[in-house]
Amino acid sequence: MAQPFRIATAGRLGKADPVRFTFDGKSFEGLHGDTLASALLANGVHLVGRSFKYHRPRGMVSAGAEEPNALVGVHRDAARRAPNVRATVQEIHEGLNAVSQNRWPSLSFDVGALNDLASPFFSAGFYYKTFMWPKAAWERVYEPFIRRAAGLGEAPDRPDPDCYANRFAHCDVLVIGGGAAGLSAALAAANAGARVILADEQAETGGALRYETGAMIDGMPGWNWAQAVTADLAARDNVRLLTRTTGFGYYAQNMVGLVERLTDHLVSPATDQPRERLWQVRAKRVVLATGAIERHMVFPDNDRPGIMLASAARTYLNHFGVTVGRNVAIYTAGDSAWQAALDLKRSGVSIAAIVDCRPDPQGPHVEEARRLGIECLTGHAVTGTGGRLRVSSIKVRPVSGGAERTIACDALLTSSGWTPAVHLFSQSRGKLAFDAETQRFLPGNAVQELVSVGACAGNIDLGETVAEALKAGHEAAGGVARKLPKLAADSTERWSGGMLGAGEGAGAESTAKAFVDFQNDVTAKDIRQAVREGMRSIEHVKRFTTTGMATDQGKTSNMHGLAIAAEMLDRPIPEVGLTTFRAPYTPVTFGALVGHGKGRLFEPVRRTPMHDWAEAHGAVFEDVGQWKRAWYFPQAGEDMHAAVARECRTVRQSAGIFDATTLGKIEVVGPDAARFMELMYTNPWQKLGVGRCRYGVMLREDGFIYDDGVVGRLAEDRFHVTTTTGGAPRVLNHMEDYLQTEFPDLKVYLTSTSEQWAVIAVQGPKSRDIIAPLVEGIDLSDDAMPHMSVREGMICGVPTRLFRMSFTGERGFEINVPADYGRAVWEAVWAEGEKHGACAYGTETMHVLRAEKGFIIVGQETDGTVTPHDAGLSWAIGKKKTDFVGMRGLARPDLVAPGRKQLVGLRTRDPKTVLEEGAQIVADPDAPVPVPMLGHVTSSYWSENCGHSIALALVAGGHERMGETLYVPMPEGAITVEVTSTVFFDEKGARTNG
Amino acid sequence: MLLIHCPYCEEGRPELEFRHAGEAHIARPENMAELSDEDFERFFFIRSNPKGIVYERWRHIHGCARFFNAARDTVSDRFLTTYKAGEPKPDLDGEGK
Amino acid sequence: MADAIARTGALEGRFLNDEGITLVRAEPATRLLLRAPETALKPLSKALGLDLPQRPKASVSGGKRAALWLGPDEWLVIDENGGDLMEDCASVSAFHSAVDVSHRNTAVLVSGPRVEAVLNAGCPQDLSLDVFPVGACSRTVFGKAEVILWRTERDAFRVECWRSFSDYVFMLLEAASRDR
Repeated sequence: MAQPFRIATAGRLGKADPVRFTFDGKSFEGLHGDTLASALLANGVHLVGRSFKYHRPRGMVSAGAEEPNALVGVHRDAARRAPNVRATVQEIHEGLNAVSQNRWPSLSFDVGALNDLASPFFSAGFYYKTFMWPKAAWERVYEPFIRRAAGLGEAPDRPDPDCYANRFAHCDVLVIGGGAAGLSAALAAANAGARVILADEQAETGGALRYETGAMIDGMPGWNWAQAVTADLAARDNVRLLTRTTGFGYYAQNMVGLVERLTDHLVSPATDQPRERLWQVRAKRVVLATGAIERHMVFPDNDRPGIMLASAARTYLNHFGVTVGRNVAIYTAGDSAWQAALDLKRSGVSIAAIVDCRPDPQGPHVEEARRLGIECLTGHAVTGTGGRLRVSSIKVRPVSGGAERTIACDALLTSSGWTPAVHLFSQSRGKLAFDAETQRFLPGNAVQELVSVGACAGNIDLGETVAEALKAGHEAAGGVARKLPKLAADSTERWSGGMLGAGEGAGAESTAKAFVDFQNDVTAKDIRQAVREGMRSIEHVKRFTTTGMATDQGKTSNMHGLAIAAEMLDRPIPEVGLTTFRAPYTPVTFGALVGHGKGRLFEPVRRTPMHDWAEAHGAVFEDVGQWKRAWYFPQAGEDMHAAVARECRTVRQSAGIFDATTLGKIEVVGPDAARFMELMYTNPWQKLGVGRCRYGVMLREDGFIYDDGVVGRLAEDRFHVTTTTGGAPRVLNHMEDYLQTEFPDLKVYLTSTSEQWAVIAVQGPKSRDIIAPLVEGIDLSDDAMPHMSVREGMICGVPTRLFRMSFTGERGFEINVPADYGRAVWEAVWAEGEKHGACAYGTETMHVLRAEKGFIIVGQETDGTVTPHDAGLSWAIGKKKTDFVGMRGLARPDLVAPGRKQLVGLRTRDPKTVLEEGAQIVADPDAPVPVPMLGHVTSSYWSENCGHSIALALVAGGHERMGETLYVPMPEGAITVEVTSTVFFDEKGARTNG
Repeated sequence: MLLIHCPYCEEGRPELEFRHAGEAHIARPENMAELSDEDFERFFFIRSNPKGIVYERWRHIHGCARFFNAARDTVSDRFLTTYKAGEPKPDLDGEGK
Repeated sequence: MADAIARTGALEGRFLNDEGITLVRAEPATRLLLRAPETALKPLSKALGLDLPQRPKASVSGGKRAALWLGPDEWLVIDENGGDLMEDCASVSAFHSAVDVSHRNTAVLVSGPRVEAVLNAGCPQDLSLDVFPVGACSRTVFGKAEVILWRTERDAFRVECWRSFSDYVFMLLEAASRDR
């Protein structure tokens, strides 16, 4: 029979469609609405994985997000292989393909289980002890061993083909958790007119009402009420209802991170449909209704498949219609597990026994169990279990001592009480308060605008929970007190009892494996050992034993671990402390966090208006910040070296055309513009004539070079400033900073015009001939428009700011035109250029040509520790100025001390040898180690125009070393170099007018 | 992500629009040229960096683009107040403790 | 001498129409970045034919011309008829800074019932009508780009960004549009 453990009369899936899926290659049938866990249990499968350290067989413990054991791989296709998926959360769909993890060769026969026999070697802290020595073994033995053994699932080895979405959202009231409390709060807040977001991690809202059969709300069974309220809320404009959505992180000022799973439950999602959506919600008020998490009992061999939480068995039965066994035993320290026995018994499942370690539990559930003829062993404890891949028996004895007895069973449900889910409250930086009477940490004073309601606030009464949640939602929405809504709610289930720490048979003298933390294989004995070895704070115990450090973050185990440590230390629980709850509450994919920001949207790719032309003409591009810049333009058969050599030659023989659009541009406007420029740059500006340009150097206050660029004066009160490509945003920020905060009285304003202008540099002896036919209204003669001048006029019928300037040492122009005209003007210039044999050149040629002239590039010759004096730019400092940013910094003792690294040229003895940029420079390569370093090569190229290699370098006392021989040590031997001037070509600078 | 009240935009805006700009109320000396090395060191290098209330500069760089000042508690990360550049340091005795 | 050439904007030919959302490249416009102290607002408003708004996030528009408050002394003026905004301001002698940024910016018109959700894929501001009503404008971020949002209708925004960021902005808008 298919699904032998499905009980037709139980649960809510009813006549749902059958769904076929596979687990470890074997085909199974489940029902639409099942989780992988419920579907496997319907087929009698408990064994789903091997534990992390000891490789012990493990099965489902829970029915929810707190699951420590049932982690599986879900493989949609070759690229979509999600590891460590909780089977209790994953919904099944037709064709779902799940595999077990951490086993070899198979789940039922796993070689790694030898670790279990060798467990004395893997006790607490073994990482810190075992692998200490010998040192050499670390690399060869320990690390490979740990790497192979570490981790559970297998990470996918291909790029993630899925897309993910991001959404910023704002609301008045954010409710986390859609159980009775959360729904009540959301309902009240929505009724009061608030903008509400309700998030629940399950596929359907309802929370504990999934299994709690005794609840009645508003005259309806609890589950039915939950679905009715959900439908009502979903239809409202002021409510956003998010299911399959986990509130995973609580950040400052009520920013809460939610992750919504959109497609993992679908058979074949559309390819452009995001798999997950990250919600970054800013809420005026937050209502936390996150419920409580049941704890297991800690006793010897409490981890066999088939041993699970009582509430989980109720969920599988009452919601999914699945019984977890045919002959089920119960071991509990509280009332709630009794209800599981009653539910199962009424569904026709045999109950082997109810074992309750309390001497005399009372209540209607106890009477009902006795009435149904269930064997009730109160004052008893389970001290061991039998079975290899599934629990088959339990050992029971009286707590007071006495004979042990074995009871056969095929499942064991345990409960030691409930831990309020205070994770998000704690993340919000609210302090937790320990309630000694109920042995629980509960939310204390909130430090953000939030309120906790229901089980996460310690409330165990449904009527009170609904009332307090309605009040919280109403008040969070700003509702008036007299309109506070009311709902009748009551439950036949009222639970008390529970215990923390190890039970009978797992006490201080026991060597048994009584698991506290299933996922990291931490036992009660490990915790005790940690204390014995000197750990006093729970933070130390945690790190020493790794308890609570697995992907479930100890949702079921932390309180047990704490209690055992406290008992060992003989101190009250709050004094031992609680470990910090950190985001995320449950694991979040990197995809969700990255959102849209991958692939083409990883970061903006900026292109100039002439980009497509360059691409069509074969340009190779390089990344400069976010910009794509044409690097060089290889012609047929050319490699980079040949292309750059040709471009360099052509520029100096005829002309070259270069896209300089990416340079930063700032318009400085106002009557105090020159005064402001005087403060921001080392140079004098007051006397710069309108229509003239100057090379400016900008320093930080510490005296080091920050940026440089050519500045043109367009009018008495208007400067056109250029910056380096990469420096554009920070230079504007730097200037705005001084203008707004230090010199606010200056009448000047700054505007970025970087992208207003496309810039076409035309450089070379033929440059004027090329542009002359296109320019209108500007006299281009040397008398009318000398080197370093700027004119406004027309080119190709559109306005231009035409600069006569040169970064190549040749006669040159930079044509600025409004960006949308850039491509057309470029093409017109290109057409003229072709008549003169001009070439298009890229950034590499630009670099070589400027280096031939000894022009620096900020960020290449400078590194934030270079002064204008070091760079040979003393001439650019206005000698009569009384202040500019960096002036005082420049006078600091170390900045004027002798021996500073200064910019020089280097020529290799062998003219063909091209030095490596970044290479170190020494005076004597044979000096004993450590060899004193004199400096390093900042730029180095083959210069076609010079016929030899050229380099710029920062060398200690370099200006005094002209003609000296120095050495650049390389792996193949030291390269001999001579210190020279930084100018390698046209030393007199005649060609700018040539 | 913090929500920062911009005194110029007169509303709380997401931190993504802002950039931190270091300690506030450190005026650039007007007599720069005459500053001793010790005074320059104090002005340029020395910062208080206390645990607790700090006065710091922010720029609403992707908003109104104005620099302004803020008092923030580094323990709770809570902004106590923000105010326009040039306004005096607010008196926050007893706040944020 | 060549005839005046036509503007070739970024985003030429880009368009998206999906359920509840439409992305259209805005027509080329004239733009002015205006910086001015309060003392110059009256003559500038007169010269431009618009009352420059002084409240945060406010805009004013008349005909095809609009002024958007960006900061306490900063406005973006947009003229969709190609009016010469620089010329209009040239006559104002009071201290101010007018800079032509017609080509610096590119704009995408985003409209449809899903417009808030699509913009909130990358913009962290609250764009609900209560907080960001029709006519509101703000410089902000959209993903990793800086943009200016201007709500022109209940379900329509103009998204201005720098020219070279427009490809990124448009692609992010497309990706957000696909998140239905």
